[in-house]
Amino acid sequence: MSRASDNRPVGRDFAFADGAPRRLLGAEARGVLAANGVLGREEAQALVERVVGMSKADAVSVSVQSGRETNLRFADNQMSTSGATTNTTVRIQSVFGRRKASVVTNDRTDAGLRRAVEQSEAIARLAPEDPEYLGELGPQTYAPVEAWFDSTAELSAEDRAKAALTALAPARASSDLTVAGFIVCDARATALGNSAGLFAYHRSTNANYTLTARTNDGTGSGWAAADDNDWTKLDFEAVAQQAIDKARRSRNPVAIEPGRYTVIFEPEATANLVSVMGGALQARSADEGRSAFSKPGGTKVGEKILDERVTLSSDPRDPLVLASPFDGEGMPLSRQVWVRNGVLEQLAYPRFWAQKQGKAPTGGAGSLRLEGGTASTEQLIASTERGVLVTRLWYLRAVDQRTLVYTGLTRDGTFLIENGKIARSIKNFRFNDSPLFMLNNLEGLGAAVRTAGGGSLVMPTLKVRDFNFTSLSDAV
Amino acid sequence: MTNRRDFLKAGGVALGALAVGPEVLRAAPPVGGPSNGALAGYRPLPPVATDPATRELMMEALDAAKRAGASWADVRIGRNRNNSVNTREQQVTNVLESDTMGCGVRVLVDGCWGFAATQELTKAGVGAAAQEAAAIAKANRVAMGRRVELAPAPSLGDRTWRSSYTIDPFTVSLEEKVGLLLKANAEAMKAKNVRFVTSGLSFVKEERNYANTDGSVITQDYVRSWVTLAATAVSSDGFAQRGPEVVQPMGRGWEYVLEADVAGNALKWGEEAAEKLTAKSVDVGRYDLILHPSQLFLTIHESLAHPTELDRAMGYEANYAGTSFIAPPREVLGKLKLGSEMMNLVGNRNEVGALATIGYDDDGVQPDEFHIVKNGIFNDYQTTREQAPWLDWWYTQNGQQPRSHGCSYAQSWADVQFQRMPNVSLMPGEQDLSWDDMIAATDRGIAMIGRSSYSIDQQRYNAQFGAQLCYEIRGGKIVGQLKDVAYQMRTPDFWNAMDLIGGKSAYEFGGTFNDGKGQPSQANAVSHGCPPVRFRNINVINTGRQL
Repeated sequence: MSRASDNRPVGRDFAFADGAPRRLLGAEARGVLAANGVLGREEAQALVERVVGMSKADAVSVSVQSGRETNLRFADNQMSTSGATTNTTVRIQSVFGRRKASVVTNDRTDAGLRRAVEQSEAIARLAPEDPEYLGELGPQTYAPVEAWFDSTAELSAEDRAKAALTALAPARASSDLTVAGFIVCDARATALGNSAGLFAYHRSTNANYTLTARTNDGTGSGWAAADDNDWTKLDFEAVAQQAIDKARRSRNPVAIEPGRYTVIFEPEATANLVSVMGGALQARSADEGRSAFSKPGGTKVGEKILDERVTLSSDPRDPLVLASPFDGEGMPLSRQVWVRNGVLEQLAYPRFWAQKQGKAPTGGAGSLRLEGGTASTEQLIASTERGVLVTRLWYLRAVDQRTLVYTGLTRDGTFLIENGKIARSIKNFRFNDSPLFMLNNLEGLGAAVRTAGGGSLVMPTLKVRDFNFTSLSDAV
Repeated sequence: MTNRRDFLKAGGVALGALAVGPEVLRAAPPVGGPSNGALAGYRPLPPVATDPATRELMMEALDAAKRAGASWADVRIGRNRNNSVNTREQQVTNVLESDTMGCGVRVLVDGCWGFAATQELTKAGVGAAAQEAAAIAKANRVAMGRRVELAPAPSLGDRTWRSSYTIDPFTVSLEEKVGLLLKANAEAMKAKNVRFVTSGLSFVKEERNYANTDGSVITQDYVRSWVTLAATAVSSDGFAQRGPEVVQPMGRGWEYVLEADVAGNALKWGEEAAEKLTAKSVDVGRYDLILHPSQLFLTIHESLAHPTELDRAMGYEANYAGTSFIAPPREVLGKLKLGSEMMNLVGNRNEVGALATIGYDDDGVQPDEFHIVKNGIFNDYQTTREQAPWLDWWYTQNGQQPRSHGCSYAQSWADVQFQRMPNVSLMPGEQDLSWDDMIAATDRGIAMIGRSSYSIDQQRYNAQFGAQLCYEIRGGKIVGQLKDVAYQMRTPDFWNAMDLIGGKSAYEFGGTFNDGKGQPSQANAVSHGCPPVRFRNINVINTGRQL
């Protein structure tokens, strides 16, 4: 569930900087509510209007997160924890002039909401003026995104247990395998509204399955996953087969020298590294001279920075994404191209920075699609004399924001390619490299698919030359 | 070997000490809080007690679980409050207060877990959650392997506990908070080339109510505080940052923020960022490293504390955070040499002001203190009631009763509890060496301060760590700042390369609010106490590149 798969997980629903208390966002961002507990459009609108009606501030905005999350874990070939959480939170921002403050509550009684409104007003009156406050956004028009599937929202505990058996049964029947997996289904609604008449509502479901198979001799590990808005689209048997096959094939890895290699990244691995560009595409930090997209006296917009086959975009209506049609400020989101044919076409502008710089607001790079090519993974392997095939990357951390150099490791299926064939399993590597170098060293692209590690990422298999592996890891 | 209890009692622990450079500022308030003078003008804390209505709801949830077939159950009703103020330069960017409540019920039915959480704090609401938890457990029986069995824990009856804070940050005015941050920002901006400063205050207050079918009813009141500041210098040489973790987060209150004196230190932090712009890029090679507690804590966290979680060692985190090189238990307990004789690593939840410190865990267990590494040898894992029985053989062999170390934790009522890290601290050496003593004793090395980039593999062998500040040491003296520095290590080799350890006067805490683990992922707040430590002949790489 983690975009920058690591030990301080940054899941798709809670991307925040270390240093921010997680629960602060958690209550809101992870909001979880019974399928039947998830607020419908009318209920959400009534709630927003109730809060706006209580307000004595110059302006008020309300954000509602309503959700139900159900999950099941298994590990060591055993069932582990399973649960269901339902919650609806309301965030109220009161504004006096340019003074503003927000309060979050999950108490939807009149008394509870009134308390939260009064508290936000009391704090807002004490807050210094925010010179970047632009006033409330008026009514907007959103083209809806159909991302809700009853199959996911109304799933039973029995359905999840049966799905888990598709991996547990073959592992228990074997003598050489141990599996650990996680099934999580989410049904949620987001609503925004304010005293200027804005109202936005979006609801969505998501079903995610990740599975790790390990061989009992401790030398092999394989990972596979599936993710869709619609539970019925998840192929549990295929995931089990893929993870088990990879675990067995990755047994007894040998050490090869670290260094620069031609590397084939499966889509999940591509997503792990390319997704770090999403947060770096902010116009403001580039304009301020503190971004990889800054240059002396300006930014790199309009310059060719990557291979000409690279086109990177965000689109909530992408059928492989189905994200919210509005951002946290209520701005409608449309397709935005960040990099077209290797040229940095534009950077991301939230409302304030857009107005200040005289640009149109773009919304952020919340989802990302890297356009694919036509090669199959098999063709990319067949065209490789010597290289490394990577299943996924782990524990990515920025090493240098000036260059977007990140470090991290390969994990759960790393193989040596020789003479166009997968020759053998190899030990995992640590890398120190940047997506900006990687996407300049392109050798080939496969088809873009929706990845399952979290984060609304649509990524292809990539073949890249001269990727920088800097040390070996004994980890399996 | 220092006796740990005496050590803590002596008050030698530099609570709230800050990483502010080679001349480490040591704020050393008496354990138990600042003098009465510092409290003037702030509200006294009300007593901690279990509210009768909350008790009644918890009893209803436990009864409903039993009626639904649970052989054992527990319930948590929590109120979680967060307050944050964020600024940049001379403006406030965000003020947020969050206050949520709810109830989580966990049951065992026929040896299967079930959990459900609700915000409906009524008898009907918590009863429905208990029924749903039981229904989930029953549904899972079809896929069950072995039964979950809990280590026995005594019924504690009624208990209360409060963490060691004296000024509740939620009673401090917004003006005071904003004033403190904007003053610090202005100071940092006085440094040459510092163009951007962000700073923030983040507070957590939890009222944790717990009850289980063993008969324990526990109410705890817990606060934690974090103040951050990041100064960014920009010039034709590029940009460089100091922070944001310039002050360690602690399980203490507003008094801790005042002790940190961010306004008094901000100019220095700004100057450190500016100096980094023109620092010498490091030559790759092997160096003796002296790691400050503000940097070392994270290396302890990643390379020792995570791999000694018993669930990881047993494969329970294989699908996400990973497994452990310290496994399987029968091959490593009492056998694996992790470091030299001077290495003693202790798990605890009782160090005053540390983030994982708590009176009772989320299994209803009073945590104990245990040696994870004793004189360099691996000695024990972090455990919960579900896990402790897995090590029966080891405890029996050592003449101990199997019992949980009290490491069960859930980040809120909405999440199921599981094994989380207690404070895992490296005990200081017998000789009271200071940071300066250690630099003076080093001929060619690098001194590293403050957490920065960090990455480690899923079994915790191969790690790479950077630092906010790196200083070149020549002939026992610091000769200047270095940039582009990171060390790469293999965990067992690294800890066996430890050859000099600081003393109790140099012992400090480092920590985080956001240690992630589990699926769905949960955050845990944890501190690691440690003195500075020297490691010999460590591989240092240069991370600088040109676009």
